[in-house]
Amino acid sequence: MQGIKFDWLKSCPEGLYCQPADCFIDPARAVPRALITHGHADHARPGHEKVLATKETLKIMKVRYPSDLAQHQQLNFGEKIRIGEVTVWLAPAGHILGSAQVVMEYQGQRAVVSGDYKRQADPTAIPFEPITCDLFVTEATFALPVFRHPKPESQLEKLLSSLQAFPERPHLLGVYGLGKCQRILLLLRDLGFDAPIYLHGALVGLTELYRSMGFDFGNLLPVQGVAKSDLSSALVLAPPSATIDRWSRRFTDPRIGIASGWMQVRGRARQRRAEIPLIISDHADWDDLLRTCNETQAETVWITHGREDALAYELGKRGQKAIPLRLSGRQEESE
Amino acid sequence: MTPDPARGYALAALTGDLKIPAAKSATIRSLVEKRMDAELFAMSYDYVGDMAETVALIWTDVNYSPPKFTEVVEELQKSNKASAAIALEKWMDRLDTTGRWALLKLATGGLRVGVSARLAKMALAQEFEASVDEVEEIWHSIEPPYDDLFRWLEGSGEKPNYALGAGFRPVMLANPLEEGLLSQLDPLSYVAEWKWDGIRVQAISRDGKKKLYTRTGEDIGYSFPDILNSLDFDAVIDGELLIRDQKSNKLQEAAPFSTLQKRLGRKRPSTKIISEMPAFIRAYDLLFEGEEDLRGFAFEDRRKRLEIWAKNAPSTIDISATIPFKTWQELSKIRSEARETGIEGLMLKRKSSFYLPGRPKNQWYKWKREPLTLDLVLMYAQRGHGRRSSYYSDFTLGAWSDAETLVPVCKAYSGYTDKELVKIDKWVREHTNDRFGPVRSVTPGLVLEIAFDAAQYSKRHKSGVALRFPRIKRLRWDKPISEAETLQHVKSLIQEPQS
Ligand SMILES: [Zn+2]
Ligand SMILES: [Zn+2]
Repeated sequence: MQGIKFDWLKSCPEGLYCQPADCFIDPARAVPRALITHGHADHARPGHEKVLATKETLKIMKVRYPSDLAQHQQLNFGEKIRIGEVTVWLAPAGHILGSAQVVMEYQGQRAVVSGDYKRQADPTAIPFEPITCDLFVTEATFALPVFRHPKPESQLEKLLSSLQAFPERPHLLGVYGLGKCQRILLLLRDLGFDAPIYLHGALVGLTELYRSMGFDFGNLLPVQGVAKSDLSSALVLAPPSATIDRWSRRFTDPRIGIASGWMQVRGRARQRRAEIPLIISDHADWDDLLRTCNETQAETVWITHGREDALAYELGKRGQKAIPLRLSGRQEESE
Repeated sequence: MTPDPARGYALAALTGDLKIPAAKSATIRSLVEKRMDAELFAMSYDYVGDMAETVALIWTDVNYSPPKFTEVVEELQKSNKASAAIALEKWMDRLDTTGRWALLKLATGGLRVGVSARLAKMALAQEFEASVDEVEEIWHSIEPPYDDLFRWLEGSGEKPNYALGAGFRPVMLANPLEEGLLSQLDPLSYVAEWKWDGIRVQAISRDGKKKLYTRTGEDIGYSFPDILNSLDFDAVIDGELLIRDQKSNKLQEAAPFSTLQKRLGRKRPSTKIISEMPAFIRAYDLLFEGEEDLRGFAFEDRRKRLEIWAKNAPSTIDISATIPFKTWQELSKIRSEARETGIEGLMLKRKSSFYLPGRPKNQWYKWKREPLTLDLVLMYAQRGHGRRSSYYSDFTLGAWSDAETLVPVCKAYSGYTDKELVKIDKWVREHTNDRFGPVRSVTPGLVLEIAFDAAQYSKRHKSGVALRFPRIKRLRWDKPISEAETLQHVKSLIQEPQS
């Protein structure tokens, strides 16, 4: 869908391009100058010459791409800078640590690119701020009326009662490594779960980064090197794919949970072999997507990735001009 | 435990015995479309793929005050289409997502989950320290909410009377004959019969009711009206359901199992199908004659009664002949020479055996024919389920259709030891050349020896053949794939004419 223009913002194969600033937002390929909304791999890629993002996002990118040579520039929330002829500033998106919406003002028009966002509370992220604008660019990961995310605490209670009911079985919880993992660790501690929590090796690095920024996760232990018998009643967090892969054989008869917005649908839970499906998402659900698009008062809404058609249809009915962009390089959110 | 009668209804919902004819999928759809945009609903249904689940998710929470389970069941049971819709709508507003899902599944009969019927009965028996066979036996003569059953289980009532009903009676099964056991058995104490390759059935005709059950108690009468209509007696018969071979001139000849399979799935067979593939029962045993329960008699005596009874039996029932023999050696020779279709092996029945439910020890033995074997090449591997979900444990195996082309002929997912599974799994991961979802395609390189009961024509596989009961017998690391079987050879093992 090339050539859709908001005069000065357009959709290109590389991603969204702001012409008067000569800069891309979350580009899928390496570019000279990139504005990055947050650290997830489908938004933050290595190889750019210059990267502008929040302090936290830059730190995440350094952990993920240690040998990347990009020149980093930090921008705090609300701090305004000029890039070319455009005034650019960032507003919190509530998605994960450091996640931001990119606000661009040019010739009396304001466009907001929200990246990924959610409206639920998250102890690791600053809450989303709706910004009034002329053009709002939204995601649509969970844009169907069947997606209504319950409170994450109510979901984690399911895990805690399973731990109580099956004290002699290890529990493996599949979580996305950046954001979801740390959010759940903090929520579990808030709910009073104070036993050690074991981590799959792939989750250790990023969790350490969070810890270095002051998050207190209590007693965390790596699974690596622990005897099978010592894991017999452990709670273990791992990337979702590991819960059914060879790695999981080190546990005897584990109960498997997955924490993801996709768990709303039984078929999806079955597919992931989740006995304990936890509906916990870092994306806005159907009601929050509609509420947010409404609160921005934007005349035009562009939809980047997810279930674009349903959202475009509903926004159209509500009088907002909604256009699916079908950006390349964005698969279904593996959250 | 849940109080009466909710527990009975819950049990019936799980076992699939709760019938609520008024609520249909279309009713539910119309309810939701009254409240929301049909286009959005269609997009959602398209994504979720299940009507009850889509509606349960999409329905907005109103006021959580869940109705009583009993109230729901009883009101639904007496409602018609229109009143069922009104009731459902009212309850949906009082439930949360999970509750709505359960309600809609209950109303449309979708709560039942395959194996759960037997499991639910086992749980019930365990709870009350009763025998599951007794529960099973009573089951078919009682109805939800099973008040009489619960009264009996709790010791406050009589055992419900099933003896006269047309209910299913638990079946007696044989144990496999272990190698070396024969030398310890006295040939004079046993009767030998052929083990016919059909499906084990129980045919019942009592009180004007006629029933045909499988050995797990599933009612399959609707697929075999030719049998059902012919049951003009008052008895309970145990036997093998077979199809008469039209091509053979011997009338007692049974067609191969694959012919029976063609009739098994069919709900209401046409007269043409019935005349082309007429079914009959080869009787093994007589459990009741009139009101008389013969199950406490010795097999020898039941057999005599069966032979007398069979003289007046309808033409759709004959009896399974016994095989005279004096020594095990002699019987073994008879067994190995029997290669006709329709025979799976031999049955040995102790002359003094009572008819006992389940698989009692030291009473009946099945002595299967030596399985056939083939060396086939591993082509695809798929992840297993449950405990095996981290292993590639389901295998598609192929034979050579020409010097360079392998075609799949069977899927095997048993027979190996845990150790062998680990080895195959490792091999699969190291030789994967492509992936499709849970399936890996492997570069041909491993030969497996497959044991199976019969080869038959099949439209399911591209190769046009299929194997019955394939299982992995041995891993043939030693064998080069070029020495695996050809498709031509596999086809030569088929004993039926191509239809
Ligand atoms: Zn993201
Ligand atoms: Zn995203």
